[in-house]
Amino acid sequence: MYVYDEFDRTFLEERVAEFRDQVARRLSGELNEEEFKPLRLMNGVYLQLHAYMLRVCIPYGTLSSQQLRALGAVARKYDRGYGHFTTRQNIQFNWIKLNELPDAMADLAKVGIHGLQTSGNCIRNTTTDPWAGAAADEVEDPRLYAEVIRQWSTLHPEFTYLPRKFKIAITAARHDRAAIRVHDIGLRLHQRDGETGFEVMVGGGLGRSPFIGKTIKDFLPKEHLLSYLEAVLRTYNLGGRRDNIYKARIKIQVHEMGAEAFAAKVEAEWAEIRDGALKLDDAALDAIRDRFLVPDLDALEDQPAELARALATDAAFARWHSNSVAPHKAKGHAIVTLSLKPVGAPPGDATADQMDAIADLADQYAYGEIRVAHEQNLTFPYVRQKDLPALWAKLQAIGVATPNVGLLTDIIACPGLDYCSLANARSIPIAQKLTERFADEARIADIGRLHVNISGCINACGHHHVGHIGILGVEKKDEEFFQITLGGKGNSKARIGELIGPAVAESEIVDVVERLVDTYLNLRTSPAETFVAAVERLGIEPFKERAYAPR
Amino acid sequence: MPLVKNGALAADPFVALDDDAALPDGPVIVSAARLLAEGPALVARNGEIGVAWPNDKDVAELQPFLSRLSLITLTFPKFRDGRAYSQARLLRERYGYKGELRAVGNVLRDQVLLMVRAGFDAFALEKAADAEVFGKAVATYSVFYQPTGDRRPTVRDARTAQAATGV
Repeated sequence: MYVYDEFDRTFLEERVAEFRDQVARRLSGELNEEEFKPLRLMNGVYLQLHAYMLRVCIPYGTLSSQQLRALGAVARKYDRGYGHFTTRQNIQFNWIKLNELPDAMADLAKVGIHGLQTSGNCIRNTTTDPWAGAAADEVEDPRLYAEVIRQWSTLHPEFTYLPRKFKIAITAARHDRAAIRVHDIGLRLHQRDGETGFEVMVGGGLGRSPFIGKTIKDFLPKEHLLSYLEAVLRTYNLGGRRDNIYKARIKIQVHEMGAEAFAAKVEAEWAEIRDGALKLDDAALDAIRDRFLVPDLDALEDQPAELARALATDAAFARWHSNSVAPHKAKGHAIVTLSLKPVGAPPGDATADQMDAIADLADQYAYGEIRVAHEQNLTFPYVRQKDLPALWAKLQAIGVATPNVGLLTDIIACPGLDYCSLANARSIPIAQKLTERFADEARIADIGRLHVNISGCINACGHHHVGHIGILGVEKKDEEFFQITLGGKGNSKARIGELIGPAVAESEIVDVVERLVDTYLNLRTSPAETFVAAVERLGIEPFKERAYAPR
Repeated sequence: MPLVKNGALAADPFVALDDDAALPDGPVIVSAARLLAEGPALVARNGEIGVAWPNDKDVAELQPFLSRLSLITLTFPKFRDGRAYSQARLLRERYGYKGELRAVGNVLRDQVLLMVRAGFDAFALEKAADAEVFGKAVATYSVFYQPTGDRRPTVRDARTAQAATGV
């Protein structure tokens, strides 16, 4: 992972000092809440239903064991002993006191993390593939470029007060595990004639007006990455709508101008700056690449005896292995996903004790590195295959080895009305009830790949539009109802799910989901046909009929 | 409303003119519309000319006048409306404007460093107290990641220099 140098560290210390001063001015009354709000937001501090919430940035989802311990310590010292991992590879603490925030930030800055730019109308954390650097299907490690973007976007003087927030995601693998087509800018790293570059997509996003990003450049040579981003951001900063907060994202500008006209404007702007100071020569890239610690993996063979024996003799291990372990680009190694979706618990939560234990296991088995996935799980990107049985036993002991990764109960959910001041409905209890109804591991394994996404309001933080089953909380006459969409996808074939009909009451939602799943089981051509493939083949009609049938 | 210029409190010699007002002697600020309509006559006048440029108008239109303008004001109707940051960078970095570039409107201490970095050198601050801490506010950071028009060394420059000296 990237190790901060003296410049990065100095910057963070200065950020902590600045925020401490801003909090002091707020507490003394020099700043009123309205004036303080944008300043705290730029540091990831929200005022939620019950308390201030701190959202800590985990740059492109990469954590060292030391950083994870520091997050656990913050959870223990300043919060109620747990944290919530988000769909943007960050973590949130829900119960922080304003006067303690500067100390919490200072504690985090000591290990190189902060709440910087996790909110506000600025460039947010650049997200990427949680398997970056380890995936077998990857062209190149995208984190180098994510770090380049992190530095460029950190307190960018021109782009700190954009029309609206701005999210960039990057992937370098054949399978898109970063949902790049639903970001303001999606970058797909690929190679042409031996040269590295990017396909650039703009204007994707969910929220009230979901759009799939449109490609405005097929191949941008890597040395031009920052100048091109600057051209896109400038075009947006000057021309994006500011008259209506709901139409202020770049997706609306792209949609209203048309992708071609938008691309032409960017191209003209870029022509002016492409050979300027932002050009990334090899020295600039190497200076950052050199600060990435890449583990020196042992030379090992695939399928070692320890693994083969455990697979043959322990059915529970075998189930977990087939679900939570992915192929690695290095022989004898594996990528392990730690499910933060145990039955009956809020998706994405981890306790301070779990964070400490996971950090220790990362040190022991995974070269001290942890990733946060946008599905709100954690990943160990470098594990020796021979260690898998021992690691599994220890992960099980701390409750992060539920074999449900990518399955029905691996639910993505926003915090909802339990915490959030924007929500219309609760998300967490729906997720909890669904995991209880589908607690049988063999059953969800048989159902196969199925993404359920729950958002407590139209802002779509649970990405319901791209869930195979999307659930959106709405309010009707002071009661919580839920709309259901089918067939959404967040990957390289991204599409927005289709609404099946009227919203259903909270008391019915779990039954409706179960009927949708049963419909799929009845109609699938074989277990190889996934839920979403069946929806694509059949359309929503047969599902719709059965979903509402017993009414 | 205190004016800070090049880091210090300064008097403002400029007088803002209504579009139909006669031209007095001395430094004046005219609207963008008046500059575009009466440009040649205005700049031929003996006396400094400034323009109040709105944040939704392309600064490229100012190009013919730049060498004769002493002042351009760019506006922040609300501090969170950041269009003028881009306008400032374009004026300084692309069109080579050398005169006074003044931030007006909802100009607050927590944004002045960003404004300096974008090329502003004068600030009509909304609060008197912010003028007193101006020096502190622009010294909040010593580390900068982006190359912008204020020509400060960036982290990349510092790293290159460090690599060259082998420290």
